[in-house]
Amino acid sequence: MSLGLAFVAILAVALAAAWLGYARARRLRASSGSRLHSLPVYHGAHAALWAAIPALLLIAAWAPMQSRLVDQTVLSSPEGKALPAFEMQRESILSEAREIAHGDREAGFNPESTTLAPRIRAAEQRYALFGGLIAIAVALATAAFAVRRSNPQFRARTGVERWVMGLLFAASLIAILTTLGILLSLMFESLRFFRLYPVQSFLFGLEWSPQTALRADQAGSSGAFGSVPLMWGTFFIGAIIAMVVAVPLGLMSAIYLTQYAHARVRAWLKPILEILAGIPTVVYGYFAALTVAPAVRDFGLAIGVSSASSESALAAGSVMGVMIIPFVSSMSDDSIAAVPQAMRDGSLAMGATKSETIRKVLLPAALPGVMGGILLAVSRAIGETMIVVMAAGLAANLTANPFASVTTVTTQIVQLLTGDQEFDSAKTLAAFALGLALFLITLLLNLIALHIVRKYQEQYE
Amino acid sequence: MDMKEKMPITPTTPVTPSAAIPAAAHREAPSFADDAEPDMTDSAPRIDVSHQPNIEEASVPDLDTGRDPKMRADEVSVFYGEKQALKDVSIKIYDDLVTAFIGPSGCGKSTFLRCLNRMNDTIPTARVTGRIALDDEDITSSSMDVVQLRARVGMVFQKPNPFPKSIFENVAYGPRIHGLATNKVELQEIVEKSLRRAGLWEEVKDRLQESGTALSGGQQQRLCIARAIAVDPEVILMDEPCSALDPIATAKIEELIHELRGRYAIAIVTHNMQQAARVSQRTAFFHLGELVEYGKTSEIFTNPRMQRTTDYITGRYG
Ligand SMILES: Nc1ncnc2c1ncn2[C@@H]1O[C@H](COP(=O)(O)OP(=O)(O)OP(=O)(O)O)[C@@H](O)[C@H]1O
Ligand SMILES: [Mg+2]
Repeated sequence: MSLGLAFVAILAVALAAAWLGYARARRLRASSGSRLHSLPVYHGAHAALWAAIPALLLIAAWAPMQSRLVDQTVLSSPEGKALPAFEMQRESILSEAREIAHGDREAGFNPESTTLAPRIRAAEQRYALFGGLIAIAVALATAAFAVRRSNPQFRARTGVERWVMGLLFAASLIAILTTLGILLSLMFESLRFFRLYPVQSFLFGLEWSPQTALRADQAGSSGAFGSVPLMWGTFFIGAIIAMVVAVPLGLMSAIYLTQYAHARVRAWLKPILEILAGIPTVVYGYFAALTVAPAVRDFGLAIGVSSASSESALAAGSVMGVMIIPFVSSMSDDSIAAVPQAMRDGSLAMGATKSETIRKVLLPAALPGVMGGILLAVSRAIGETMIVVMAAGLAANLTANPFASVTTVTTQIVQLLTGDQEFDSAKTLAAFALGLALFLITLLLNLIALHIVRKYQEQYE
Repeated sequence: MDMKEKMPITPTTPVTPSAAIPAAAHREAPSFADDAEPDMTDSAPRIDVSHQPNIEEASVPDLDTGRDPKMRADEVSVFYGEKQALKDVSIKIYDDLVTAFIGPSGCGKSTFLRCLNRMNDTIPTARVTGRIALDDEDITSSSMDVVQLRARVGMVFQKPNPFPKSIFENVAYGPRIHGLATNKVELQEIVEKSLRRAGLWEEVKDRLQESGTALSGGQQQRLCIARAIAVDPEVILMDEPCSALDPIATAKIEELIHELRGRYAIAIVTHNMQQAARVSQRTAFFHLGELVEYGKTSEIFTNPRMQRTTDYITGRYG
């Protein structure tokens, strides 16, 4: 018996409980002749929820426990004791044996795994039977408990409400816990990095050259992990160049669409603008690398910038800016639309023209919302990866020349983690420290942006 | 002056006790603002219709012949899409008089008021036909500069709508966009003068830099009036300016209207018949998009000629 089977059985018990609860409530209604507190449907749902949820939670908790117990049992068996002591070797034999036990492969590369397989299968079956039976027993017990509780006064409806609330709470908790988990794992790996490399040198160092030596006596064996050039490059591309492109264009298109465009024009233009948001970033990436970057380089050379590179901050930043336009424009659209019509009328009735009204009344009133939108856009831009990986280059230059090549945090994370890497070298661990820094920066930006937007929304309520 | 106009409302008139004027709201205001009406209007011929209230065909008498109206509307109709909201409204508005527009909800008062400074242009579905003139200049023609028109015909809205700027900037808004002041001192003078005229100066002179939205509702509405008069308009349109205010703030605005009268032509929409009686000299009664009756306020309220007016004033509908 597998846990999957137990899962199905529990669902069957829950169905049965639902039917029993429902039927019993109907009978109660017929026999007592009085009105029930809750409709029979609620009695059924109440019983089903009681039958299913505790037992399913039990299975969910049992599953990871079971695999640990299986490993323990197998390793303490004679065959297990015979395994090599080196952990990595032992792990690979064990995982081979597991695959054979589950029928995913015929025979192992290591002879030991074939002999281990039946052991694993036996242990798994034993524990699954144990866990599964307990879970089913729990389901039956809770179902009986719930069905027997129903009487005409029983508040099944409130009970169901509580379960529903619990479910919704659990759902929202999962997202929060995942975020927390990501943060914790990033922090854990970053701490390992900071044991190898001092925090202040990482935060304030001006040099980034993550090459570590293959041999201990090689020249330049100690890499430099100063993150400032990466942070600058990220900021330069995502927060300066991209925003110089996206903010005016996004804002102006929002103003045109909300204030000037005829309904028919708007019906056409808005979806087209939104298509921009649906283009995969990798497509933007090769557009930036193959079309925009050479054009930017030629333009740079033509106006006499001899350092113009084919991987320029300007190419990556401007394409990223175009990608962000729909984002900025829809946020601005919302905040401009949120300014009450009375403001607009007030200004127009004073004899202001449309553009005076927009400049002097609508935009100032919408500014906090627009600012919030821009901050959200910045946080998206600095976390964006594909475009910069393909178009921004790898040289960690600390320069404000838009025709030169700069690199970004995300580009370097990709560089550090692709290819064959040891998982405990400073070079690999640096990726986690960069990830953590990026995560914290975008988190901060989002918090500020949300705060601004919320405060702004209260203004007109 | 005609004695009839000074007569207090008696129970035999169509005004019901519920329409009696609450004493607290206007301690000093006379029952009818007509008392102070300029003498020139008295020379106008008056049709005696006091004993025949049911002649629906009676044409609107021209009370003020021989005078040039500030604004006149001829056969104005307004359509929202296919739906007609106003039918052939003709009316004259005079410099030194307050004209009140009354009528049940949805009868087109606001629609008509908004025609007078072409605010209906901001509604894409609205279409206006007929002729509206300001000082004999047709304002409905496409060659009319709307921006200029709205500087001459100001508007105060039902809900106070100060801009989210400082009190000073709110009043300075119009003078700035129309270039009425050449330097800062002049601008300050305009702001002070407008706030004084709106009766707000004493209350806000020490806090001109505070946000206009931080004022009380009544103060905000007076700020909007100050904002409107800062560009020195010739006509001021008010769409239920007191409907969002308490009785004391309302009394202040009514007092203000008294003071502004004579300097500006004023048209005011109101749902409050006592208010119309208190502040206006001319009243126009609208019903279902038509102008039913137009005349001296005192006569509309004591001797209406139309059955529909009587019904509305006595509270039988509306
Ligand atoms: N923007 C609009 N689009 C379509 N119809 C409108 C619009 N504004 C007003 N109307 C219609 O025109 C008619 C007159 O409206 P208007 O606002 O002028 O009435 P009102 O007399 O001011 O009423 P109230 O006393 O309630 O303010 C109503 O039937 C209304 O439904
Ligand atoms: Mg209205």
